[in-house]
Amino acid sequence: MSNRLKDCFAALEKNNKKALIPYVTAGDSNKSITVPLMHRMVEAGADVIELGIPFSDPMADGPTIQLACERALVHHTSVADVIEMVKAFRQSNTETPIVLMGYLNPVESFGYENFAKAAAEVGIDGLLTVDLPPEESEQMSQVLGKYDIDPIFLLSPTTTEERIKRIANAGSGYLYYVSLKGVTGSSILNVDEVSEKVTAIKSHTHLPVGVGFGIKDADSAAAISEVSDGVIVGSAIVKIIENNPDDTDTILDQIGALLKSMRTAMDA
Amino acid sequence: MSSVMKTDSTNCNSEIKNDITDHDLSGIDLSKVDWSQLPDENGHFGIYGGRFASETLIEAIQELDDAYKLLQNDPSFQAAMDDDLRYYVGRPSPLYHAERWSKELGGAQIYLKREDLNHTGAHKINNTIGQALLAKHMGKPRIIAETGAGQHGVASATIAARLGLECVVYMGEKDVERQKQNVYRMRLLGAEVRPVSSGSKTLKDALNEAMRDWVTNVDNTFYCIGTVAGPHPYPKMVRNFQAIIGREAKQQCLEQTGRLPDALVACVGGGSNAIGLFHEFLPDLDVDIYSVEPAGMGLDTGEHAATLSTAKPGVLHGNRMYLMADDNGQVIEPYSISAGLDYPGVGPEHCLLIDMGRANAVSVTDAESLEGFHDLCRIEGIIPALESAHALAYVKKLAPTMDKDQTIVVNLSGRGDKDLNTVAALEGITI
Ligand SMILES: Cc1ncc(COP(=O)(O)O)c(C=O)c1O
Repeated sequence: MSNRLKDCFAALEKNNKKALIPYVTAGDSNKSITVPLMHRMVEAGADVIELGIPFSDPMADGPTIQLACERALVHHTSVADVIEMVKAFRQSNTETPIVLMGYLNPVESFGYENFAKAAAEVGIDGLLTVDLPPEESEQMSQVLGKYDIDPIFLLSPTTTEERIKRIANAGSGYLYYVSLKGVTGSSILNVDEVSEKVTAIKSHTHLPVGVGFGIKDADSAAAISEVSDGVIVGSAIVKIIENNPDDTDTILDQIGALLKSMRTAMDA
Repeated sequence: MSSVMKTDSTNCNSEIKNDITDHDLSGIDLSKVDWSQLPDENGHFGIYGGRFASETLIEAIQELDDAYKLLQNDPSFQAAMDDDLRYYVGRPSPLYHAERWSKELGGAQIYLKREDLNHTGAHKINNTIGQALLAKHMGKPRIIAETGAGQHGVASATIAARLGLECVVYMGEKDVERQKQNVYRMRLLGAEVRPVSSGSKTLKDALNEAMRDWVTNVDNTFYCIGTVAGPHPYPKMVRNFQAIIGREAKQQCLEQTGRLPDALVACVGGGSNAIGLFHEFLPDLDVDIYSVEPAGMGLDTGEHAATLSTAKPGVLHGNRMYLMADDNGQVIEPYSISAGLDYPGVGPEHCLLIDMGRANAVSVTDAESLEGFHDLCRIEGIIPALESAHALAYVKKLAPTMDKDQTIVVNLSGRGDKDLNTVAALEGITI
């Protein structure tokens, strides 16, 4: 079976391009907006989509994504709903890799085996569980492996060389480098520091390294794409939903425009 | 008499597996458990505990783990702690025979472990002294804490003042409202109290917010967790700091009654006062253990925080534990009249003790806890914290079922001054 994430990063490399990876919380600000939004993001130049599973207690996230989770949970957006959304998306898009991102408890409550099986059936390619470091992930990774779903892990500015090796070994698909100390939505980004760390990470792995946290406009996207394999954009997108709740047209247009500007700047 | 199994190749700890698809422990032979080897080196109490934290926190946690390992057996660190516990906190706290109450209930003799007499009025300070000394040792000038009832916040602010550390306390907006007095105490002590308006606006949200602060300020900040939960090593470290309660109680009970108690009773929020009392007695299998949870308006109303009695395993705040969550794995906002028990999880060691059958999970309602509160005021002249009143309310049920020559040790984890507004309001009185 071919692997969408692997194929995607291989094709990008061949064309000398970097991945644009938007994040959106599923079900924010309602359940019906998510699938059209995913399609719009692809049209605007997204290569991979990170789809957030909402959680009541998103501890590693800042206020923007916390509020997105709260909006999605007003409508009780569940793991089953998120899987359904990907199923609907796949009716007309069988190419763009989809990575689910969230916290362990909703997935554990659904059941590792049930989750992986259902996720594989609808064409989900990876899972990033923020609060499941490699040390605790043995059972999860085993089950994901059985269904060819890539376990995606985070790396942070404080991650030691020793751990980089370990995490690079445990992960597949790509590695997600958190560009700054803090929660999502924080704003001070130091491109030189990111560059140094990404180089260090890449000395231990052949996996692509995506960088997220703090990328909010075309300039920061372009700068980060210079020093990494992919740019992950979360809070800047979610903020647009926060500012225009349930206004589908505005949300789609503004997010589409933001991503298009990033794509253009990254490809220039 | 009790049999104590120490490190021994015949122990059955390997049967306590970390496998979420196969963790039934109902058949375990408790006499073969080596309690001193729990948790394992990765902080696992079977499937519970562990280190379920974001990568952004892992190094900070590891740094803490390393520092604690180093200091745990360092005589000068121990001496500094012992000194503070004795001269600053006022330990040992008395074990008091509540004779009049025992007589009135007509059964077992009731002994109160008087943690309410500690400086700041609760057991929480046993832990904050340990963690603050550790912070100081690690060169962290700033400590942060979460608090529900405000007791852990006050205990953190107190020791921060004493050691000259900056202190920021996160507290749910709802709790800021119902524990005004403690908020003011923290401010007097020089701490900054930051109200938390996200989620259910109570203890769990304060913990989320403290974690966010920690990730952002890892370089200069020490996170002082107030109970036996959180990523490893917190559940073990906080338990070790609180275990002095049980060590003293055991010795005092032997001195006063000539034998071990027949039962231990403590309220369980996150579980620190309870494990503090229980831990020393775990190998003494003749000593029954009761973990008392808040049944709020009643278990069948859904308005409660009785995690061990009703929930199943889940992951929150860095560890696996029994967790109150809905069918989609979203954490439920718990309810209890007592802010300090209003938490949707419970420390991992308690979860294991329940699964193994070493401890019994029981619960009492708001109304029952208020009866316990008033009884102790009127019969013994002691105003207990509403948290502790839950333990007392269970003693009220348990004692009459036991013989007069049996003994119960109950942890009186805190004093009730902070709850006077809450109790008075129920009687239509504004203070
Ligand atoms: C007096 C008192 N007892 C008990 C508790 C509950 O915490 P734990 O279960 O960790 O002892 C609190 C918490 O604030 C408290 O203030």
